[in-house]
Amino acid sequence: MSCMRRFCHETQSHDSLHSCMCRRSVALLLLKMSEERDPAALSGSAQTEGEEDLFVSAMESPEAARLSAEDISPSSNGPRDDDPDDPDDLFAEATEEVSLDSPERQPILSDGPSPAITPVTISPRVDVFDRSPDLDEDEEENRDTFDIQISVSDPEKVGDGMNAYMVYKVMTKTSLSIFSRDEVCVKRRFSDFLGLHSKLASKYMHMGYIVPPAPEKSIVGMTKVKVGKEDLSSVEFVEKRRSALERYLLRTVKHPALLKDPDVLQFLESSELPRAVSTQALSGAGILRMVNKAADAVNKMTIKMNESDAWFEEKQQQFENLDVQLRKLHASVESLVCHRKELSVNTASFAKSAAMLGNSEDHTALSRALSQLAEVEEKIDQLHQDQSYADFYLISELLGDYVRLITAVKGVFDQRMKAWAKWQDAQVMLQRKREAEAKLQYASKPDKLQQATDEIREWEGKVQQGERDFEQISKNIRREVGRFEKDRVKDFRVVIIKYLESLVHTQQQLIKYWEAFLPEAKAIA
Amino acid sequence: MMLLAVNVDLQTDATLQVDISDALSERDKVKFTVHTKSTLPNFKQNEFSVVRQHEEFIWLHDSFVENEEYAGYIIPPAPPRPDFDASREKLQKLGEGEGSMTKEEFTKMKQELEAEYLAIFKKTVAMHEVFLCRVAAHPVLRKDLNFHVFLEYNQDLSVRGKNKKERLEDFFKNVVKSADGVLVAGVKDVDDFFEHEKTFLLEYHNRVKEASAKSDRKIRSHKNAADDINRIASTLYTLGTQDSTDLCKFFLKVSELFEKTRKIEARVAADEDLKLADLLKYYLRESQAAKDLLYRRGRALVDYENANKALDKARAKNKDVLQAETTQQVCCQKFEKISESAKQELIDFKTRRVAAFRKNLVELAELELKHAKGNLQLLQSCLGVLKGDT
Repeated sequence: MSCMRRFCHETQSHDSLHSCMCRRSVALLLLKMSEERDPAALSGSAQTEGEEDLFVSAMESPEAARLSAEDISPSSNGPRDDDPDDPDDLFAEATEEVSLDSPERQPILSDGPSPAITPVTISPRVDVFDRSPDLDEDEEENRDTFDIQISVSDPEKVGDGMNAYMVYKVMTKTSLSIFSRDEVCVKRRFSDFLGLHSKLASKYMHMGYIVPPAPEKSIVGMTKVKVGKEDLSSVEFVEKRRSALERYLLRTVKHPALLKDPDVLQFLESSELPRAVSTQALSGAGILRMVNKAADAVNKMTIKMNESDAWFEEKQQQFENLDVQLRKLHASVESLVCHRKELSVNTASFAKSAAMLGNSEDHTALSRALSQLAEVEEKIDQLHQDQSYADFYLISELLGDYVRLITAVKGVFDQRMKAWAKWQDAQVMLQRKREAEAKLQYASKPDKLQQATDEIREWEGKVQQGERDFEQISKNIRREVGRFEKDRVKDFRVVIIKYLESLVHTQQQLIKYWEAFLPEAKAIA
Repeated sequence: MMLLAVNVDLQTDATLQVDISDALSERDKVKFTVHTKSTLPNFKQNEFSVVRQHEEFIWLHDSFVENEEYAGYIIPPAPPRPDFDASREKLQKLGEGEGSMTKEEFTKMKQELEAEYLAIFKKTVAMHEVFLCRVAAHPVLRKDLNFHVFLEYNQDLSVRGKNKKERLEDFFKNVVKSADGVLVAGVKDVDDFFEHEKTFLLEYHNRVKEASAKSDRKIRSHKNAADDINRIASTLYTLGTQDSTDLCKFFLKVSELFEKTRKIEARVAADEDLKLADLLKYYLRESQAAKDLLYRRGRALVDYENANKALDKARAKNKDVLQAETTQQVCCQKFEKISESAKQELIDFKTRRVAAFRKNLVELAELELKHAKGNLQLLQSCLGVLKGDT
């Protein structure tokens, strides 16, 4: 315990950013102590609601959660000086070294003004939760008692002209304790959702977590709404978007790690959210994203990975095949939706012409029968329309979601490749440093030799870290893919059954209508 | 041989029975085998067959129309030209796209297009047959000499299709006729029956045209939707064979279901086509033939009235009176003859129409019910299996 106290003292003198991060690490360390000590009595740390929540969530993983603290400066007496035999010393295995000036950090910090109140949001990259296998059982339990309902509703237009936007009401009903209230209602706009996804992706994707993708932007759709066209297509567009946002949130909270993420909690609970300007395509962050994407694409082509694990190769191939087929299916379903809408329109128009024909028919009984036919056809047209909505909202949207989800899955596999490449690069570097040192041995320059030895140690550490990260991400991906597949099976099963039930209903209605018509037709004398 | 539903009141009279016993589709023509059974003395044998092509049917129809003796009858409408162009084009496109689809998909689509071709073929045969049956059932037309030649003469009738000049002549004739038709229709008829029929037929014809066009469009959408379900079934099958999770059985079962329901949907569209669309198309043509009859009568009426006026003038001037009297007599006879038979023809038309609609609407409703029940049963049994699996 003494080492931790010392750490607290030491870090308080550094600049605010450092201390914020340390506070975070300290707060997490305190989970161990929470049984012995009242967390609120800790000195020097600003306890906010967010941090308390963190304790509760951390409690769910009572096994040793290995944390990493940043290496603030090479000369700090941080982690390395600790007593390796102290079982409570959570710093013993702190390994990740992230320099504050690393470029990976920039995008996070530029996500709008970071609220100073909740330090928890500032240093996301630091946390590498190593979950032990026992945790999966806990997850299963949690899923069975998964009690959270989210609804996105009441779209409202705010503002006028090209600056207008839609605001949605997000209501969360839950009995989970990480939430501060049972029922919360907040107002969010589309860019808020994109901002949330952007934060989650940058925090978790590199660890191999499959972060559900946000709904796509649509310039055409939004422009129509902004311009104020109250026609059917813009109403449908808003409804489509509302439904997509709801599904997005539900998928996000279904993920056990994301559910506890403070950004997610903040999104669902806090009444004010800083405007996520970095989601705009032409913002600084947007351009950086585009550059990164391009760089990633190039890297992907150049990294030739030696796959030692057949499981990954097999899975990647499976997802590739699934992607192709789902896209094909999606296209066919979209075509069906279109044709059914057409059928509905044409049936309605035929019904009108049949009614007219019935009017002009001078044989009374036949005239009546034709009018009845017109009525039947009108009801059938409504049936077709309803069915086409079911086609769309049940099947077509599900397929669209999964096509995007699989892109996220593929992205996670790419992250693993990147981790592997980083590890390999570190090994190459280490080799070079060793060679350099060997050369200096003979040149007898003691000061340079010392530097070389130090560098070797540095790179040895990086190699170890690289290997650990690679194993970690591999482990995470295995678990994530397992979870993803379970969800996929459940989703498809549920949706397909619902869809078949809608088809059953349509046929039952058809039978009803034609059964009513038949005696009328027979009555023609 | 499948008879079209419009064949309702055509008694199969022992004295003259006509049908199309066989048909052959060659490159760009269809050869119909017209088979006749008759006890009439005019024919050399009691049973015989000849081979005829579409142009010969048209020749026969036109000869009826041009015959002044038949001015007072509704001339059975000519069968439409056999049109396999669309189907042929689709088959060609399929052949071109063979490389881009799997072997199963290709075979499936080919089978469907072939079925479509066969359906169109059957329909055109039925429509030519209905024309012949209508003529055979008509008390006066069945005795027509050209008709007997058509049925019996076992050589080619050497009826060539109209050349360009003749077609142009026809076109102008039609233009004049419709202009005249408007003038003639404007003349008010003393007879209430015919006045009512005139108004009725004009409106009815237009409404049937509208309904026919709309029903075609509806059925086309239905076919398109069925095609989509076909593609969905194929992709689900592929997904089922590839999937590594429990979903594979699921997908395969649903794929199987959609294969079956798609066939039913295609049948629904085909039956609607047969019972509704074809009915409307036929009555579009028949109502036009009835309109033509009224036009001819109207024309005769105008001629009669003009002849009366000419006679009065001649009598007043006391010049060419005899000639005027003869003309007037002829016109009067013509007009009365047409009026007499026209009335009966129009009454028969109504009876036939009501009977045909009744038969078809009843059959349509019964078929829709049958298919919906079939669909429902498939869906429910599949749902039962799928739900039981979980």
